[in-house]
This record gives sequence, C-alpha cells and structure tokens, in this order.
Amino acid sequence: MTELLNVVLLTFMVIVALAAVWLRNLFASVMMMGIFSVLSACTFVVLDAVDVAFTEAAVGAGISTVLMIGTLALTTRDEKTPVRWSVLPLMVVLITGAVLVYGTKDMPRYGDPSAPVHEHVAPRYINDSPAEIGIPNMVTSVLASYRGYDTLGETTVIFTAGIGVLLLLGGYRNRKRQEDEF
Amino acid sequence: MNPGLYNYWIVIVLMMIGFYATIARGNLIKKIIGLNIFQTSVFYLYISMGKVSGGTAPIVGDGITSYSNPLPHVLILTAIVVGVATTALGLALVVRINEAYGTIEEDDIFSQDQAS
Amino acid sequence: MRNQMIPRVIAKFFIPMILLFGLYVQFHGDFGPGGGFQAGVIFAAAFVLYALIYGLDEAKKVARPAVVEALVALGVLIYAGTGVVSLLKGGKYLDYNVLAHDPIHGQHLGILIVELGVGVTVAAVMITIFFAFAGRGQSE
Repeated sequence: MTELLNVVLLTFMVIVALAAVWLRNLFASVMMMGIFSVLSACTFVVLDAVDVAFTEAAVGAGISTVLMIGTLALTTRDEKTPVRWSVLPLMVVLITGAVLVYGTKDMPRYGDPSAPVHEHVAPRYINDSPAEIGIPNMVTSVLASYRGYDTLGETTVIFTAGIGVLLLLGGYRNRKRQEDEF
Repeated sequence: MNPGLYNYWIVIVLMMIGFYATIARGNLIKKIIGLNIFQTSVFYLYISMGKVSGGTAPIVGDGITSYSNPLPHVLILTAIVVGVATTALGLALVVRINEAYGTIEEDDIFSQDQAS
Repeated sequence: MRNQMIPRVIAKFFIPMILLFGLYVQFHGDFGPGGGFQAGVIFAAAFVLYALIYGLDEAKKVARPAVVEALVALGVLIYAGTGVVSLLKGGKYLDYNVLAHDPIHGQHLGILIVELGVGVTVAAVMITIFFAFAGRGQSE
C-alpha cells in the first residue's frame, strides 16, 4: 500500500517539476514550486522522516514561496525568452542522467536493513540514545547533543544569510537619500 | 530490473530536470527554481537511503523494535534550512541585479555589459 | 483588496493560535517531531501573516526591526554561550553532562537551551528577510 502511495506521489512530483520548468509565467512556476514542496513533504512522511517532512512543509511551502513572490513583485512576472529546445544543454543533461543511472546499479535495495548506511554510527545512536540522553525523539538527540557542533555551524549559516540579506536589501533609506541628492 | 531501485531513478529524473532548468533557461528566477528542484531531489535520495523496511519513525516508543536511521534525517534537516537561507540570498541578489540592469534575463545582462 | 473584513477577522483568530503552536513545537521537540527550526519558521509565519493583512508599517510597530535584528545575534550567542558555560564548569565545549547534578538532567537542560537559541535565531532571521524584501519596493 505504501509502495503504491510512493509511486503516485513521485509521479506527481515529476509532473509538477516539469510544469514548473516549462511554464513561462513565473507566478505559475512559483505556485508549482509550492505544490512540489508539499508533495515532497508527503513523500518524506511515507519514508518515516517526520521531522524532515515538518521542516520541508514549513520552510519549502511557506517561507520559500513567500520570498519568491516577494522577488516577483520587485522584478518581472513573465519569462521573456521564447520556449524553444536548446540542444547542447539537453545532450549534457541526458548523458549525465545516463551515467547516473548506470551508477545506481551498485546501490543497495530500497529499505534493506543491512545496507552500509545502517552499519557503524547509527546503531550506536539508536541503542544508546535512550540511556545516555533519555529523550524519546532520536533526531533531536542526535541533532542537539551528538552532533551539536554541526547545529552550531548551521545556526551561524542562517545568521550569515540574514546579515547578507540585510546588507543587500536593507539600505533603502540610503538609496532614497542618494536619489534626492541627484 | 530491480524494483527496489525505482526511487533512485526518480531522484535522477528530478535532478536532471533541475539541472536542465539551471543551465538552459536564461531567466534568473527560473535558474533558482531549478536549483530548488535539484536540492529537493538530493534530499529525497538521502532520506530514501535511510529507510528500513518494517521500521518506524525514529521516536522511541513501547514495543517498537526496528527504527529508521536517524542520521540522514539530521543531515537533511540542516540542509533544508541552509537551502532556504541560500535561496533567500540568491533572490536578494536577483532584486539588486534587476535594479542595476533593469532586466533579469541573462542574455540582456550580457549584452548590456558588452555594450558599456 | 476592497472587502478586507473576512481576512482580518480570520487573521485575528489565527495569529495567536499559530504563535501558540510555534511555542508547542519548540518545547515538545523532545517528545515528538519538532524542535528549533520548525518552531522558528512557524513563529515567523505568524508575523508574516500579520504583515500581509495589516500592512508592513503596522507589523514593524509590533516587531521593531532593531529588536528583531538584535534577536538574530542573541540566538547564536545563547547556543555558543551554552558551550562556554560547559567549559567553565569543567567539561569540554558543548558537553552537556556537566550542566546539572546528573548527566541525564544535564543533557535535557542543554538540549532545551540549545534548541531555544536555534528557534530564536531562525524566527528572527525569517522575519528580517521578509521585512527586507517587503520594504524594498515601498520607499522607491
């Protein structure tokens, strides 16, 4: 049953992604990206990643859509170039895709409990987290305690992005004063 | 053909759609949309590698023996938030480019740079 | 928008519930899905909704830009400061075991404070970015 759900959701995701790239009206493309984020949050729930689905729904379908619409309000609404097939990028994309499909032949089967990713560190986290840390949500315990340095770096990255946007877009007062001088 | 690899092929299809949008379209916002599609496909790849059949979400409960791997979830949670931060910075750059050149089409920006 | 009555009434009903839900997700991140990032984004979404319905100037009176920008730095400071407190108490940097009388309670306390720092920074950054984008087109 979940396999059927997975297949249906993934097919919808591919259709929506194709529509987002094909459409010339940028507002419609941004709405398609919102739908894409919600669908990917649903697929994450099917794959038992509830924390990730929560974050993707809030961030992708919420903040990201709002920021893109804000950018559209400050720039244009339509893509100007006529939609024509460009041959060289298509060739590059097809060759890269074929090489990647050839590379997936060695990958472990989906859902395999003995895959290499479940070998070294993950069983230690799953077995020892209730005893050493004692909170039920293992993702939070790994995020905040076992891998606390990474989360500190990530918070600094978000801080830097906020500072960057402030530097780029926050100085409208100076710009207005310059325009009045000219 | 192994049916257990269907997830990875869909990931590759989505990745290539995002890649095509980034390199073939001239509009800057379309490029950023392509990057977002690419990012989401990479997240899906990591999360589907962490799933264990018969396991549940990695939240400790009574009577559950098999959990999905929490490590990819932690990495992707970080990656999602960093992704939106970089998207916000990219969109801020697009707004400033529009104010400087009057357009967000790559060809027009190049021709304006050549002409000046 | 001519007839603004319906969005205004619904927003007045929903914004406190969104803020409450954001606080719930923040502090119950230990027991279910949730944590700092999700809570910060939900908290910022309430302010974005307020700005969309009532206007950017009203929203800037509620969430003053200077205060929000200070909160951006405060969250990172809380996170890094927890590590320094661990150093001062004799453990390693970001070692939560020494924060309380008992390692398990120390881990709980450390995770709570650290997630609070993350939530504050994420909420403040999202509000700042939205204000920057929305305020750009206004004074031109």
